[in-house]
Amino acid sequence: MAKIIQRIRLAPNIHLLEVHAPDVSRKSEAGQFLIVMPDERGERIPLTIADWDKEKGTVTAVFLIVGTSTQKLSLLKAGDDIPVFVGPLGKASEIADYGTVVCAGGCFGIAAIHPIARALKAKGNRVITLIDVKSPYLLFWEDKLRKVSDAFHLSTRDGAVDNPNTVANDLAGLLEKEKDVARVFAIGCTQMMATCAEATRPLGIRTMVSLNPIMVDGTGMCGACRVTVGETTKFACVDGPEFNGHSVDWAELFARRKSYFNDEIRSLCAWEQEIYS
Amino acid sequence: MRKAVPVKERMKTPRQPMPSRSPEERNKDFFEVNQGLDAEAAVQEARRCLDCANPSCVLGCPVCIDIPSFIKLIEKGDFAASVRKIKETNSLPAICGRVCPQETQCEEVCNLKKAAGSPVAIGNLERFVSDIERAEGPAFIPEIPASTGKKAAIIGGGPAGLTVAGELAKKGHEVTVFEALHVAGGVLVYGIPEFRLPKETLKAEVEYLEKLGVEFRMNVVVGKTVGLDDLRAAGYEAFFIGSGAGLPNFMKIPGENLVGVYSANEYLTRVNLMKAYDFPNYDTPVFLGKRAAVIGGGNVAMDSVRTAQRLGAEKSMIIYRRSRTEMPARVEEVHHAEEEGIEFHFLTTPIRYIGDEQGRVRAMECQRMGLGEPDASGRRRPVPIEGSEYTEEVDLVVVAIGQSPNPLISQAMPELKMGKWGNVEVDWATMATNIPGVYAGGDIIRGGATVILAMGDARIAAAEMDKYLRG
Repeated sequence: MAKIIQRIRLAPNIHLLEVHAPDVSRKSEAGQFLIVMPDERGERIPLTIADWDKEKGTVTAVFLIVGTSTQKLSLLKAGDDIPVFVGPLGKASEIADYGTVVCAGGCFGIAAIHPIARALKAKGNRVITLIDVKSPYLLFWEDKLRKVSDAFHLSTRDGAVDNPNTVANDLAGLLEKEKDVARVFAIGCTQMMATCAEATRPLGIRTMVSLNPIMVDGTGMCGACRVTVGETTKFACVDGPEFNGHSVDWAELFARRKSYFNDEIRSLCAWEQEIYS
Repeated sequence: MRKAVPVKERMKTPRQPMPSRSPEERNKDFFEVNQGLDAEAAVQEARRCLDCANPSCVLGCPVCIDIPSFIKLIEKGDFAASVRKIKETNSLPAICGRVCPQETQCEEVCNLKKAAGSPVAIGNLERFVSDIERAEGPAFIPEIPASTGKKAAIIGGGPAGLTVAGELAKKGHEVTVFEALHVAGGVLVYGIPEFRLPKETLKAEVEYLEKLGVEFRMNVVVGKTVGLDDLRAAGYEAFFIGSGAGLPNFMKIPGENLVGVYSANEYLTRVNLMKAYDFPNYDTPVFLGKRAAVIGGGNVAMDSVRTAQRLGAEKSMIIYRRSRTEMPARVEEVHHAEEEGIEFHFLTTPIRYIGDEQGRVRAMECQRMGLGEPDASGRRRPVPIEGSEYTEEVDLVVVAIGQSPNPLISQAMPELKMGKWGNVEVDWATMATNIPGVYAGGDIIRGGATVILAMGDARIAAAEMDKYLRG
């Protein structure tokens, strides 16, 4: 049991969850994740750690509503108890002084990239942050990200700002101007991470992506999260979640992530019927 | 007792059959298959025990239960005293009575087996008394000595961890079990299906430990959430690592990561722990295959295939690379599976899985095997037969070919001495690791083994930890 400090809506489909979990907070590092279950009947779902406060003993995650369990999470309030809140899991990001780095974020990954950018900045890197949203109203945490970045770029696909583009195109354009980028970190939906990895592949810039396969236990026990990286099978929960994006078998990851698409819809319908009837 | 019923008569009494529900009924639900002996049958069965001068059954039991004594108490009708007798050495009799491979342990060496062909049904009797005790109200709590003020940390709430916890609590130590999942029990809760071990039974055993004073801290991953150093700082002096064999093995053949190919751990966890059989009432889904293939021949494979059948598979197959003789599963489980309509494909192995355009498994290519010379395990080695390949249509595959020790502990404790298979190395006489005060047992030292072997390790470790804590 962990107590919820706050749960707020950041964008129409994206919510922030801050939880009092001193043990988890004390050990949290950039790049790690949590396993969360909204109630006794919920699923165990992995959420990237977006922030923490070791003094207050709190941990923050930002999530996108996908299925029933995330829907349930989005309805929790400050003061509620969350029955399962496990972490920090997975390996921390490799943080070193690389020189100039690009941190690319999209969707819930706007928050997830934040601790990595912060850690890279603290290590002395020049941090260029690149954020990709469909439309400006989906942007959040701009202030937080600007604070830990030397440069901040925003691209919106609807053309609302003067840079209507995808993050991958932006990244390619950016890398033409910035010749000394040593490493790229990308967190967002699978499509966004795959396209970022493709954008850097011709340039040979090592690109770390934080993979988001389906998980169950999150501690290496079940093997649900297996991904093929450079011909070998890895468990994203204990070997990752960060991997070299150029070695990931993206087609397999897309297929595995879609495994339960129909079930998710069925589950949501059943749950909505239950709570609204 | 020996005089009351002559040995000849004891030997003439037939073994009392375990009542079970009909295969046609039970293969559609998750309620328990075996129904347990009634009191009359239990007393009758107990009467078969020869009360041998040199009981070999005790030697066959990894936790050394005083089997003749508990059986004699059943014969006398004192069921409460009988279960107390078992609990002197085994805190989890309702579980052992259900899932232990008795036919290769206590019952294997029962003298009645040699004399009359079928051994005393020791496991069924163990189950009987523990079920009676649970049915009749709160379990007897032994007197706990005054607190020693010493704290022990148990890493992992599976059968090994629960056993150590119970033993140390009974000695007056303060015991905390740290469990990564949200429910205690380890493989007993995520792996073994309810039709073999009802959750209520496990819950009662965990509650018994709580009454002994054991504290449970769920959702804590030792090595991640808290380290050994944190635990030492919090006053824990002795540690038991019972983190299990939580890393599923795969065959590394093409197509193994297709959608619809599960590890047994994932498949069983979804169904047992996350209750996917009650989807969408519970949020966790699982594939309901129409043509299900389970790869492997152990108990986990039997549990998986019988689960697939219960979830509506029209064809549920065991694919095993050796023959029936070499199958490691308990005889009773194989028998139950056969009754329920499971197909057994012996001397066969998958060599690749074939997917559709969506990346979902639709078929598998299999190869027939012959048997060669015995290998290190003493079992005849399977040898592929060239040109025997054939294709089997499947839409659900469960890979149940064993597990390796969970890597989290070794990642978190680099100073811990590990064996070449990723297992923790211990002194087998004491279960001590190379770190003073740190002990280990169960699958983390053995790889995938049985509940009762884990509990045997645990008893040795608990005795040593008690000595260590007392200095």
